[in-house]
Amino acid sequence: MAAEGNAIDALSQFELTPVLGVVGASVGFTQSNAHMLLAVGLITALMMWGTAGRAVIPGRLQALAESAYEFVHDMAVGQIGEEGRRFFPFLFSLFMFILFGNLLGLLPYAFTFTSHIAVTFTLAAIVFVLITAVGIAIHGWRWFGYFKPEGLSPALAVLVVPIEIISYLSRPISLSVRLFANMVAGHVMLKVFASFVVMLGTAGFLGFLGAAAPLAINVALVGFEFLVAFLQAYVFAILTSIYLHDAVHLH
Amino acid sequence: MADRDDFDRRLQEARARQGLDAAPKERGGLPGGAWGIGFRVGVELVSALVVGLAIGWALDRWLGTGPWLLLLFVVLGAAAGVLNVYRVFMPRRGPR
Repeated sequence: MAAEGNAIDALSQFELTPVLGVVGASVGFTQSNAHMLLAVGLITALMMWGTAGRAVIPGRLQALAESAYEFVHDMAVGQIGEEGRRFFPFLFSLFMFILFGNLLGLLPYAFTFTSHIAVTFTLAAIVFVLITAVGIAIHGWRWFGYFKPEGLSPALAVLVVPIEIISYLSRPISLSVRLFANMVAGHVMLKVFASFVVMLGTAGFLGFLGAAAPLAINVALVGFEFLVAFLQAYVFAILTSIYLHDAVHLH
Repeated sequence: MADRDDFDRRLQEARARQGLDAAPKERGGLPGGAWGIGFRVGVELVSALVVGLAIGWALDRWLGTGPWLLLLFVVLGAAAGVLNVYRVFMPRRGPR
């Protein structure tokens, strides 16, 4: 597995394998898709059960559901403004899906679907299409003035407009690469240090003592990865709301 | 409700005195220490460069103009990357 033949195999954890037997294999239903469905199911269960009681003094589950709701709601209204309420359902789904994907990936034997660029880029592409569509729907042709700062001489516009367009087009790439790279880097680090533990632990008494160091690092890393899991979901959602702010308000 | 407002105000003052309420952060400010900022800057630079590279390469293939548009758009992409980094630290914000 991790340290076979003294080689550290840190990347096999990202391989896709079909699940659900013959049916899964024929339609390409992998453990990644299964974890996505699990994340959606968990989010739905949290919100439905959490808000079912409607207690004035919330229990633990209701407090969790309410604080998640309020967190995203404050972000949407704070970043976009009052119009942000219209984008709250989208922002909430996006944030919770990424957050649960990141957190599920930290459980043993689980798969991190946000560690695949195909998944994160799809999410970023949805955001990109949305911000462009919202911008054009609200502002019409004036939206294209977004690429040309006011009071710019035509000679400079030839230079600045392509740069602005490239900058705009780079948004989905930076958005998706940031999430994907953070998740891959974290899981590779965990795997590498876990391999060190196994390799040292099987190398006699001194090695057994030495294995404590990478084990301690891994304990700290797991805690750090929980921070990263939350932070990257937050960064993805807050950048989306900043882009939505630009699309709604034009600058 | 006058005494209620008064209570809220005094509670707010007491909380601020004890440092229980964090100072409000500026809008658009992203969290992250030195590592986070460094990583973010790197991603912004490279992604704009990649977009410039892709556009230049595709236009060259389409128009058959040799390496020239590729060279031009790599430079524009690098400039867009610097613009992205500038926006990370100086968010473009109009009045709300």
